[in-house]
Amino acid sequence: MLPPRFFTARLIAGWPGLLFLLALAAAAILVPLSNLVLPPSSPWHVPTHLVVLIGKWLCYALLAIALDLVWGYCGILSLGHGAFFALGGYAMGMYLMRQIGTRGVYGHPVLPDFMVFLNWKELPWYWYGFDQFWFAAIMVVAVPGALAFVFGWFAFRSRVTGVYLSIITQALTFALMLAFFRNDMGFGGNNGLTDFREILGFGVREQGTRAALFAITCAALAAGFLIARWIVTSRFGLVLVAIRDAESRTRFLGYRVDRYKLFVFVVSAMMAGVAGALYVPQVGIINPGEYAPTNSIEAVIWVAVGGRGTLVGAALGAFVVNAFKTWMTGAMPEVWLFALGALFVLVTLFLPKGILGTIRARRRQPAAQPQAATSPAPAPATAEQGP
Amino acid sequence: MNPVETSALLYVDGVSVSFDGFRALNGLSLFIEPGEMRAIIGPNGAGKTTMMDVVTGKTKPDAGTVLFGGQHDLTRLDEAAIAELGIGRKFQRPTVFEMHTVWDNLVLAVKQRRGVFTTLMARMSGAERDRLDEILAVTRLTELRHLSAGALSHGQKQWLEIGMLLAQEPALLLVDEPVAGMTDAETEQTAELLRDINRTRSVVVVEHDMHFVRALGVRVTVLHEGSVLAEGSLDAVSANERVVEVYLGR
Ligand SMILES: Nc1ncnc2c1ncn2[C@@H]1O[C@H](COP(=O)(O)OP(=O)(O)OP(=O)(O)O)[C@@H](O)[C@H]1O
Ligand SMILES: [Mg+2]
Repeated sequence: MLPPRFFTARLIAGWPGLLFLLALAAAAILVPLSNLVLPPSSPWHVPTHLVVLIGKWLCYALLAIALDLVWGYCGILSLGHGAFFALGGYAMGMYLMRQIGTRGVYGHPVLPDFMVFLNWKELPWYWYGFDQFWFAAIMVVAVPGALAFVFGWFAFRSRVTGVYLSIITQALTFALMLAFFRNDMGFGGNNGLTDFREILGFGVREQGTRAALFAITCAALAAGFLIARWIVTSRFGLVLVAIRDAESRTRFLGYRVDRYKLFVFVVSAMMAGVAGALYVPQVGIINPGEYAPTNSIEAVIWVAVGGRGTLVGAALGAFVVNAFKTWMTGAMPEVWLFALGALFVLVTLFLPKGILGTIRARRRQPAAQPQAATSPAPAPATAEQGP
Repeated sequence: MNPVETSALLYVDGVSVSFDGFRALNGLSLFIEPGEMRAIIGPNGAGKTTMMDVVTGKTKPDAGTVLFGGQHDLTRLDEAAIAELGIGRKFQRPTVFEMHTVWDNLVLAVKQRRGVFTTLMARMSGAERDRLDEILAVTRLTELRHLSAGALSHGQKQWLEIGMLLAQEPALLLVDEPVAGMTDAETEQTAELLRDINRTRSVVVVEHDMHFVRALGVRVTVLHEGSVLAEGSLDAVSANERVVEVYLGR
């Protein structure tokens, strides 16, 4: 790794990072351009459904980077990161619901349709403020961040680790799913939030809005990557990996492991929240299914496939697995879950470092081997050379 | 807790630890003066490592007093707080961060504030770099600085861990079996290194290697079944009948 002297050098060091950022920049410009400007007959035209599909994958890639930050670098295997993603999504969904206004089926100026349907007379207090974009934008990071903080505070202080921690994160997202399924929670029950009209005054289903959302998602993914990269290349990042590999040893060096975990867990949850918030206007719906434990597990598989402990790998994994999923669910939908399981087993057995981790190890090996062979030269045993 | 009048840097008095009814430490008392180096010997299972566990906060004693600098009650502090007071430890089984390079291991250990935001913003200062270079030279790891610590030999890991201890700049070093797996020459060098460290810091060394203990030339405490069996110069304890019986004579 480069010496961390130069801020920028540290952030984009290495070809995968550079390539990743360049690809994102290119996509952010070229995809919307081709979608909006080129005629549908052109072979270079990217149809809108593809813009939406790739935009969705970009959101997943951001979730994958968030997960990799805690799992790949700090060893916290969260099986509930989908919950933070969904919470961010719901925060955005609530804003979008309130933008519908009188255009809903019941035409109520304040209450969303499902509340009118439930015979509610007043807006619940926790829906206040969501008519303002800035408020919703804050909630997109604040709610997942707060939940992660409270959860992490208790879990990390009481030194819950490993399988136990994974199980309670899974329980967390499961509990949220059950809660959000209930109509009286006030989040639209099993239908969730949908039928959105406008975001910041632009029609969500308009081609231009979709293209803009795509470009913004590219930018968000790049920003998430840079933040994560900044964290893992700092001295803080050294501590994270130290915690992952030898947690108790790290304590004996004087580091408060629980605070490190808490910090990175909260940052990661916020990042997942942003991913969810960008996802919702593009797919046009958020429902309790997003809290399903399988979603969180799928995210873990993306990271494992791409290579945990490599940020670009995590994003790549999200893309590869979801491309595979799109093809599979089109070709033979009933086998998808089995295929996913098989993929996970295959990667664990044959590609334990994931795609990028394997490439990285390959590239390092030839350089490292001669060094390793000559290095353990025994120190000359003369007393004069002692301390 | 009543304050205890003591000049000892490390004050361990009447400490007992039981694991499922088995008494690993049994009324152990030990006093290390500032600037002292003490060697601790004793048969396997005597409680030497457990004593270090108690001092560093890994194990809470059932009874007894453990004070650092006459005022800090170590039984009430956790590992991180004790480390920050200035007690560093080298483990019996060398534990370095295997995925990190030798250099990064030292960076992790280097004396600095340990807070989340400090390390997020930390930049290597010139003085820090010089200090770590110096430690690399002392521990003969300069050539291996970019190698991941997992690739080191057993002896090199021992040295790296000692280097990390140095980087921490603790007031008291607890060193558990530092020369296991080292050649005679390396053992000799380690003894010399520890003597050198002892010029500015207090050291407690646990070791089975009698040549090494002799090379240190310091006061020796013999532990047996969780308490002190004998204390004095190596020659004096070697002449002790009970010591010969339970340990040296085997
Ligand atoms: N966490 C633990 N749980 C149960 N028993 C333990 C634990 N730690 C130590 N013991 C027991 O306490 C006794 C003292 O162990 P300790 O490791 O302190 O011995 P030691 O003097 O360091 O021995 P050695 O020379 O082999 O390193 C041993 O019988 C050991 O089995
Ligand atoms: Mg021991």
